Amino acid sequence: MGYQLRVNGVHREVESEWLGESLLWVLRERLGLMGSKNACEQGECGSCSVLLDGVLVCSCLVLAASAPGCEVVTVEGIAATSEPALGSELSDVQRAFVEAGAVQCGFCTPGLVLAVHDLLDRVPAPDEWEIREAISGNLCRCTGYGRILEAVRRVIAERRADPTVTARGVAEVAR
Amino acid sequence: MERRRWAGDTSTLSTPRILPDAHAEGASGGDTGRMTVFVATSVGEALDALTASKPPEILAGGTDLMVEVNFGRRRPDAIVSIGRIASLRRWRCSGEGDASADGEPPEQRELDVDGVRSAGVVEVGAGVTYRQMTEEALAGLVPALAQAARTVGSPQIRNAGTLGGNLATASPAGDTLPVLLALDAEVVVARADGSRLLPVRELVLGPKRSALAPGELIVAARLPARFGHQEFVKVGTRNAMVIATASVALVVSWEPLDVRVALGSVGPTPLRVPAAEDYACARLDAASGELRGGRADLERFAELVRAAARPIDDHRSSARYRRHAVGVCAERALQRAMRSRQVTLGAGGDRVRVGAQMLPEGESPSEGARWATS
Repeated sequence: MGYQLRVNGVHREVESEWLGESLLWVLRERLGLMGSKNACEQGECGSCSVLLDGVLVCSCLVLAASAPGCEVVTVEGIAATSEPALGSELSDVQRAFVEAGAVQCGFCTPGLVLAVHDLLDRVPAPDEWEIREAISGNLCRCTGYGRILEAVRRVIAERRADPTVTARGVAEVAR
Repeated sequence: MERRRWAGDTSTLSTPRILPDAHAEGASGGDTGRMTVFVATSVGEALDALTASKPPEILAGGTDLMVEVNFGRRRPDAIVSIGRIASLRRWRCSGEGDASADGEPPEQRELDVDGVRSAGVVEVGAGVTYRQMTEEALAGLVPALAQAARTVGSPQIRNAGTLGGNLATASPAGDTLPVLLALDAEVVVARADGSRLLPVRELVLGPKRSALAPGELIVAARLPARFGHQEFVKVGTRNAMVIATASVALVVSWEPLDVRVALGSVGPTPLRVPAAEDYACARLDAASGELRGGRADLERFAELVRAAARPIDDHRSSARYRRHAVGVCAERALQRAMRSRQVTLGAGGDRVRVGAQMLPEGESPSEGARWATS
């Protein structure tokens, strides 16, 4: 059984033997996009977070076969649309994670990157509570969150200093 | 139940790599592996799909059904996805001029709930997400629904989970259910040959058992708008991503005095507590916003709530703790309602707006509003 998904701006054919597969499964096992991680398969950990029509969701809870016609953005889409002029393949959020030491094992990072892009594209200057709430669905068991919060603050400061850098990535893919 | 194994996961490296069971069945061509997926774009299409002799499972936000499917606990032959039905994702308020979310002209009408009038009727589409419920326009009309929605899962879950899904799943821990029960909400249930209005109190029959018949689809819930002072208080093992250990929805209308109390997670269904409602009505003084007997009355109120609870021991909590906690929730909810009344009466109604809630000045937001603090 085949159907089409639009992932990171590209139409992808999905050949699937069973239509009960989650979007996470299809992204990883059918389309080879390993950025979205699977840990809990029940929407608890946020490691599989993607944007579905611009809305942050757990891809493990999305039935892939119900998503044709939707725009899916994964962490691979975030990186690919960053501006080469900045001398990096990474988006500003990803770069801030690296610079702030917000990545240890890296498993939760793709989901957190999506969650932070989602937050900062909606709320350019979130307060501390808004940041914590926005990442509350993304479990990290090694950094202790301090440096993740620091990374978010860096992005806020950078975007404030240079408004032309705002909201790269997500908005472009969705367009 | 054996979990599917993920080819890319390191967790599978120490064990023999096997084909995921789901795929093995599909590949074998056996009936159990086949699935039909209908993506409905209108209620009519969904209802048509539901007329099948064996109706498909209904998929809304996926936060319950997909967990079951992922874990192999449910293997539906057919699924009808209703997440793309635009009309289900809207809400509207009739009875006032300014609060229609979808631009339709509101009807002029009021909802009479046990003799107490509301400022209109809010009809919330079944596909409205928790996130939408916390947004200001709808939160202002049904504050307790916003408070309850705010405590559900994580941002990702609130972006996906829907009111209709919460109702149809009929979990005793469904966070919106006590609110809907306290507000005497009605559920609009459609099927191919018509529709019916079902009071929420008749919808939930037991844990995850609802009065919905095969082929029926919840399309909306109808609630009174701006009805009384509303509170939702929930206790869980932490503030984020938590299923309720106990919860209370409280609605107090001061003129005329009317009190409703509904409990979540402490019985096979959400429970109303008429004894506590009657007691609070008898003991509250609308002119002062106080209980006539002070602290003793408050404790008696909590006792009546605890007595009405029918909790069980399970992996989330002991029955004993649930009973204790639900009384504490009820006490806090009533205290907040009283403080709000006192502020309204005393200080000329000065209030600060905190998220979805109207709080007396100086009071910190409730757990529902400040949940990401730890």
